Amino acid sequence: MKDNFKKIFKGGLGQLTIPIIAICLLVIFNLIRDPAFFSIALSHNNEGNLVLSGNLISIINGASELAILAMGMTLVTAACGGQDISVGAAAAIAGSAFVKILKSSPNINGVTVIAAFLFACVVAMIFGSFNGTLVSVFKIQPMIATLILYTCGRSIAYWINGGATPTVDSPIINAIGSFIPGIPIPTPILIVVLVAIVFKLVFHFTSLELFTQSVGINGSAARLNGINSTFIKLLSFIILGVCVAIAGTIGVSRLGLINHETLLLDVEMDTILAVAIGGNNLGGGKFKISGSIIGAYVIQMLTITLYAMKVSSTDVKAYKAVVIILLVVIGSPVIKAKFSKLMNNIKNRKPAVAKGAE
Amino acid sequence: MQENCLLKMRNINKLFPGVKALSNVDFTLRKGEIHALMGENGAGKSTLIKILTGVYQMDDGEIIISGNSANIRSPQDAQNIGISTVYQEITLCPNLTVAENMFIGREESFIVRHRYYEKRAEKILNDLGIPARSTQQLGSCSLAVQQMVAIARAVDMKCKVLILDEPTSSLDDNEVNMLFSLMRDLKSQGVGIIFVTHFLEQVYEVCDRITVLRNGELVGEYLTEELPQVELVAKMIGKELDELSSLGEFEEKQTAESEVFYEAKSLSSSDALPFDFEIHKGEVNGFTGLLGSGRSESVRAIFGADKVNGGTVKIKGEDVKITKPIDAMKHGIGYLAEDRKRDGIIADLSVRENIILALQVMKGFFKPISRSEAEAFADEYIKVLNIKTASRETPIGSLSGGNQQKVILARWLLTHPDYLILDEPTRGIDVGTKLEIQKLVLKLAEDGVSVTFISSEVEEMLRTCSRLIVMRDRHIVGELKGKDLNQAQVMKTIAGGESKNEG
Repeated sequence: MKDNFKKIFKGGLGQLTIPIIAICLLVIFNLIRDPAFFSIALSHNNEGNLVLSGNLISIINGASELAILAMGMTLVTAACGGQDISVGAAAAIAGSAFVKILKSSPNINGVTVIAAFLFACVVAMIFGSFNGTLVSVFKIQPMIATLILYTCGRSIAYWINGGATPTVDSPIINAIGSFIPGIPIPTPILIVVLVAIVFKLVFHFTSLELFTQSVGINGSAARLNGINSTFIKLLSFIILGVCVAIAGTIGVSRLGLINHETLLLDVEMDTILAVAIGGNNLGGGKFKISGSIIGAYVIQMLTITLYAMKVSSTDVKAYKAVVIILLVVIGSPVIKAKFSKLMNNIKNRKPAVAKGAE
Repeated sequence: MQENCLLKMRNINKLFPGVKALSNVDFTLRKGEIHALMGENGAGKSTLIKILTGVYQMDDGEIIISGNSANIRSPQDAQNIGISTVYQEITLCPNLTVAENMFIGREESFIVRHRYYEKRAEKILNDLGIPARSTQQLGSCSLAVQQMVAIARAVDMKCKVLILDEPTSSLDDNEVNMLFSLMRDLKSQGVGIIFVTHFLEQVYEVCDRITVLRNGELVGEYLTEELPQVELVAKMIGKELDELSSLGEFEEKQTAESEVFYEAKSLSSSDALPFDFEIHKGEVNGFTGLLGSGRSESVRAIFGADKVNGGTVKIKGEDVKITKPIDAMKHGIGYLAEDRKRDGIIADLSVRENIILALQVMKGFFKPISRSEAEAFADEYIKVLNIKTASRETPIGSLSGGNQQKVILARWLLTHPDYLILDEPTRGIDVGTKLEIQKLVLKLAEDGVSVTFISSEVEEMLRTCSRLIVMRDRHIVGELKGKDLNQAQVMKTIAGGESKNEG
């Protein structure tokens, strides 16, 4: 028990401490406020499927796009020491590309959906490599480099479908956005799990994690050890591109239409925040994808909690900011150092007492 | 004796999690003396200095300054009672002027009176004989002058105790001499100087007293003239003298001609002028020359570390193209870079990850080394090289310099190179580890690995290398082997006069 305790504060969980504490506090707060807040119901929805519902489900479901983007953003952050602020705009482009293919075929079946998704992926990867090239080859600061696409992305999305906001109506799209008949868990949650597993597998079967961290921590040493840091940085943007395409596809499927102006609007800042809450250094280097995922859920749970407390949507942002200030300050190096000093003092006091007794 | 005591530290104890960094260490500094603080890495020198400067708090003990008990809780406290430190790395702002650097953070009012400060700075620089103008940008001064400006700043802050932490490690001989004359000046003004360095000769040149620490304990305090250099080394590493000279048995270096492993013809890079070079299998050769002579640039060209501009390279007689590090690695070449912090360690990653890095790169992106394999590799090399680390998962950045270097060595040894380039592998590390590395180099050569060994200490190179390539002003000016391998000949060749040696 004592060992576990030590482990949590001394390594083991390490950077996950803050996000886990945050999520626990939010859960406890909600349980005190309303013990039934997290109750989950199994009921039939209006399509007659047996589905899970409740606040917890809608929190996890609602955070899906954010979680997926945060995973990709973690890699970019680690490799490049900066963030991509164009993910929202890029998702609008990917979503538009997705809808463009769907609309171009007379009837939507499995094959068209897959083709449309792959097309969206390719488009997002191309825009990802555009950002990545600016950052890795031309050594432009990530935020400046991605500002370009952030500014013009939604206009490009507008052109793709000729300025319209076409709807797509198909049971398959509906299944992606809400429920697959027979499975009571919302599909976006399943997709998040799937993406997380793919990341885990990629880390297991390639050296991506080691190389990315090396490039992020000490680019010069990484180069002298034969790592192609330009490629690693570019790769991180391309992988983020795939995440953007997945997030865009989910976003489109939820509504059954593409609205290039509102799809995943302002998601980029939440994504960066999720990475930060996850304990990842925004200056690059060591990272934990799991931290960013938890960070995404923290943000979503915070939002839903505030809505549940009948805070008006205009005020939500202000309240959110207060909580985020707290989280970021608690996670800051200054507080961490103070805290570990405190822990050391507590630990050292015991042997001192023992010595005195001798 | 009592009255000229500037600083007394008594029974200093400091415990880090799991390590007793200092136990009952005493240290005394008198007025107007230069006092060397010596010890291997991990002996507790830095900890002692950091306690004195308020970076760490001691657990137990007493610090008395000019007869008064002092409570140093922060670097600010230390400064206020007259303790100043100049670190190895310059901690000033290169983009400000010399005067601005000297007065930054201690202006007397909010209105910065540039003219007034410049005048004052000029006077101090003149008094101390520092060759810099107060209006000059600090970045445009040489490293030594920057170092001296840092000292001038400390002196002007009315410091009584001046700590110089490895100030000479990036200076050349001339600059070191300038620094020493400044130190002697200050000494005559009554300043007590604590001098931390790894260069033994410098200690004997400038210091009055030596305090030796080992494993966090005080070994003793000695007058410099009463402690011969060999004895000092023995005290620092706690080994018997005959063990030190046991390197002698390798003295009979193999000069028998074996096959040529690597051969370059007029190889040049963005930083190195064209040069010819070859190394035989199992040979240890060295590049020597003053700082800036091009020795590092040349070996970097061999490894493809800088942009290669031209020349032909043959490995085992076959033409190859080496334009970037990965090419060299694939041909069995390893390169331990000169600047460990900048080009060697991945500070936040664990010892394990740092050890497997080069091998992993060679294996390729899609063939990761499994966790258990990596752990086995790490454990093996931690044991073989006697790396002192809390565990294989400890971030390398928290290890001492010598142990970091061993980890980087392990990284390259793990790739089983045919040709290993070691650029200053012993810089800034303790005597014990230096010997271990030298032995390792000779052992590698015995096993048929070619090694290029570079060191600023000529003596060290004479002990390990069977052939020395001497460089001056970015040109190879000589090649020494056999009976020519002695200090005098090396110095003569470096200093010039003789043209390219014909063997």
